[in-house]
Amino acid sequence: MSMTHPAPRIAMLVTHIRPEEKLLLAAFAARGIQPDIILDRDVNIDLTADAGQIAPSGVAWGDYAVALERCVSTSRGMYLQAILNAWGIPTVNSYATASVCADKLLTTLALARAGVPQPAARAAFDEASTLQATADIGYPAVYKPVTGSWGRLLARVTDRNAAEAIIEHRLTLGSYQHHTFYVQEYIQKPGRDIRAFVVGDETICAIYRDSAHWITNTARGGVASNCPITPELNDLCVRAARAVGGGVLALDVFEDAERGLLINEINHTMEFRNSSAPTGVDIAGRLVDYVLQPHRQDEVVHHPAPIGAGQPVNTGVRS
Amino acid sequence: MLTPMCSDCGASVPLPADAMQNELITCPDCGAELEIIALNPPTLELAPQVEEDWGE
Repeated sequence: MSMTHPAPRIAMLVTHIRPEEKLLLAAFAARGIQPDIILDRDVNIDLTADAGQIAPSGVAWGDYAVALERCVSTSRGMYLQAILNAWGIPTVNSYATASVCADKLLTTLALARAGVPQPAARAAFDEASTLQATADIGYPAVYKPVTGSWGRLLARVTDRNAAEAIIEHRLTLGSYQHHTFYVQEYIQKPGRDIRAFVVGDETICAIYRDSAHWITNTARGGVASNCPITPELNDLCVRAARAVGGGVLALDVFEDAERGLLINEINHTMEFRNSSAPTGVDIAGRLVDYVLQPHRQDEVVHHPAPIGAGQPVNTGVRS
Repeated sequence: MLTPMCSDCGASVPLPADAMQNELITCPDCGAELEIIALNPPTLELAPQVEEDWGE
């Protein structure tokens, strides 16, 4: 006797609707699924109660088979991931993965633990130690906030005078998060870097981001073109993705003349509006197929717990 | 569908055929980023300013 299975109920957590979310909704629709869109601004959750409480969509949170986190607000997205995972509701990505990717220092630690090649990086907390850390890395070096995105507040520090000025500004004007100094080796890129997209255990496509500026983010004007997926690039990116907990991830990769490919950063709420056309890969469709995989969380379960903040909630697997 | 006005400069802002509530669009006249807060009637507000934790 055949049985029909109803489509899983899926939540899409958003800050607002961007081109990526429209592409994802179209991909869901093509598969006969209409996710419930939940605005992070509408959330009002009783943290001491369980998943039986009603979501802004009008159904109980616990009725969702999975939630796709697409918040442009990193903090809102991560707290929602933490809450849902604590209730046993899977999210893509998991809180465990997001908590590592959202923090450059924790990402570097996870990559180092897994032996994934990356630029040298040091951490320091006050002026003298940061100046020493920068000298240890060597000028020019790059100062990055440990949290943040789109190339904001990156500084290429060419000498000690510049370092002293930036450190003073951050200690004086910045919030406490800017008082942690993440000092990264400056990589002399060949006028471009690579943005690679990993879905589960596969690097599905990649783009070159060409720019005359040393910051190559497309948000800062980098121009996208197709980057072929070589076995080397696929292997490196999958290893890096696993190192931070796995899932659906966008990795920034440098090409170093001597050391080859280096992982720079990993993003857990990927933007891809400019990447499907040059690569010819339906990124939204691949992402949605991953969300609909019943066993997608296995890679999170089987991976060692990330170094993330304190004691992360469970890995997002429903029993 | 009525054509809403930019809440910043007052220009008419045609909505895409597949416009969605809470979608971000750009005013073709002044370049302001706008959010479609309602479709019936179509209503626009200035989109929230980028915050420090926004990103990927």
